[in-house]
Amino acid sequence: MSAVEDVIAARKAAGSGAFVGYLPVGFPDLATSIEAAVALVENGVDVLELGLPYSDPVMDGTVIQKATQAALAGGFRLAHGFEAVAAITARVSAPVLVMTYWNPVLQYGVDRFADDLVAAGGAGLITPDLVPDEAGPWLAASDRTGLDRVFLAAPSSTDARLAQAVATSRGFVYAVSTMGITGARSDVDSAARGLVARLRDVGATSTCVGVGISSAEQVREVLGYADGAIVGSALVTALADGGVGAVARTAGALAAGTRLTTS
Amino acid sequence: MTHLRDEQGPYFGEYGGRFVPESLIAALDELDAAYRAAKTDPAFQAELAQLHATYTGRPSIITEVPRFAEHAGGARIILKREDLNHTGSHKINNVLGQALLAKRLGKTRLIAETGAGQHGVATATAAALFGMECVVYMGEVDTERQALNVARMRLLGATVIPVKTGSRTLKDAINDALRDWVANVQTTHYLLGTVAGPHPFPVMVRDFHKIIGEEARQQVLDLTGRLPDAVTACVGGGSNAMGIFHAFLDDPGVALYGYEAAGEGHLTEKHAATLTRGRPGVLHGARSYLLQDDDGQTIESHSISAGLDYPGVGPEHAWLNDIGRATYLPVTDDEAMQALRLLSLTEGIIPAIESAHALAGTIKLGKELGPEAIVLVNLSGRGDKDMETAGKYFDILDAEVLAADDSAPL
Repeated sequence: MSAVEDVIAARKAAGSGAFVGYLPVGFPDLATSIEAAVALVENGVDVLELGLPYSDPVMDGTVIQKATQAALAGGFRLAHGFEAVAAITARVSAPVLVMTYWNPVLQYGVDRFADDLVAAGGAGLITPDLVPDEAGPWLAASDRTGLDRVFLAAPSSTDARLAQAVATSRGFVYAVSTMGITGARSDVDSAARGLVARLRDVGATSTCVGVGISSAEQVREVLGYADGAIVGSALVTALADGGVGAVARTAGALAAGTRLTTS
Repeated sequence: MTHLRDEQGPYFGEYGGRFVPESLIAALDELDAAYRAAKTDPAFQAELAQLHATYTGRPSIITEVPRFAEHAGGARIILKREDLNHTGSHKINNVLGQALLAKRLGKTRLIAETGAGQHGVATATAAALFGMECVVYMGEVDTERQALNVARMRLLGATVIPVKTGSRTLKDAINDALRDWVANVQTTHYLLGTVAGPHPFPVMVRDFHKIIGEEARQQVLDLTGRLPDAVTACVGGGSNAMGIFHAFLDDPGVALYGYEAAGEGHLTEKHAATLTRGRPGVLHGARSYLLQDDDGQTIESHSISAGLDYPGVGPEHAWLNDIGRATYLPVTDDEAMQALRLLSLTEGIIPAIESAHALAGTIKLGKELGPEAIVLVNLSGRGDKDMETAGKYFDILDAEVLAADDSAPL
């Protein structure tokens, strides 16, 4: 059973839903990125999404691009990703999913990557540029190791593709709220609500909505119909502007959106 | 009996595929279906043929270049003159095909990446012709070294967006075009300019360019009574090379040579020799060769030629390389620039720096093959856009005049 699914189910059972928080490894430096990730969990994040900086991140908007480029310029190596996962899981119990573009995994070796992620205590992978159709080696490696695998679902996906995403994903299905790349938006597209409903219709039991969520109100709104809300750029902006203290405060403020009362 | 010419993707051997965000899959499926329908639709084919004949100026001629050939071992060298196409390169072949498809799909906005600016100019041209909105992503470095083409695109009504991330060249322009497409896929067609990217782009772009080789094969037969011994082309992403190679893939007597940009040398760190120095991986939606470090991070490429300055290559080339059907060799900046000057001086034809890589490779090849050989070269573009680079390289610009021009009022 997936620890990520357990956490999301527990939060739902408690009446709300899960808060998934994203930060990239190595920004502004490795040690601070670990501190910031720990601070997210201490301030209400239920599942961590830890991004591995990549040279050509086509799914990311300017905020995350800028942070991951800085991490690469600062000497980020894949080994730091495993180091960070191990350091974070040693200190907090929230499950850690690694978000990575596919080529780094391919070059590291899919099986070796899976084994090292297990050894570091990681829960699985979110793969923004890998669709299930192309994921044969990763499906096999994740089945062998029990790692979660989170595939994306888009408003433009056909019902057959949504069913495929649900059938192949473990942990949750990542519902892309709007047709776009990462980055805070003032309103989360109404397409998200329809997408989550369509995913339920084809059997999804664990669906988190991401892309564009940046306020507690948006988190609350999303948790009204989905199992989890994913926040990235708003946290990265806080970390970039104000360091660990600021990202902790932002996480705390966003986590208010997971509470049922609107106090 | 299967033929190499019959490969239709999404895979060429182990290369190709669709490594893209899920948000793009529906658009790729839609495009694939529209393309397959258009391929067998006489109305579509007739409309494209009409544009080729009355707008682009097809068929492009071939030109034998005996004075140039004297420097290449005396082999007969024949140029396929894609430089004479409207907009100045082969790129228009693919652009007109895709723009017609975009129209059929009801898209009102074209976006494109461009390196040297030739593909951007061709896309801006088609957008003007069909009354569509056009946005071209171009690396900031390339907007500077190909400023003339930026002006051309703007004059044609396109918006040129200088890309300031990463290496600020073609690779990053593709990233931004993909991001734009993810966000605007309902109204927008991404008019990808080379035989790379996710399926169906590699096979579709190749098919829109294969007219180059089909024409040239017959033209060489008519002129010489036989097939050439070798066909040569420059390779960045590889569109002009696939265009001229394709008709010859199943002619076992015809050797195929692709010349990659070796920048300051393929053994230095400043080159774009993807097949020579790279290894398989995934970039920009397809599995192919790419320049990358141990972690799979793309390594920035270097070439004096903006159009070849790309750390990836189309998946069909990766496959042709692995099965040994085509040979890919590196050509340095200097070799290309010397070939550019040589063709200018001996034949009165100023090639694009990209195409000059094919000429430089052909000089060496001609010497190996000897005077009995016939070599067909794809002269993929003309050099007008490169005059500032060439002027500086050969120190033939009057610096004072240039400075005065810069400050002149409009």
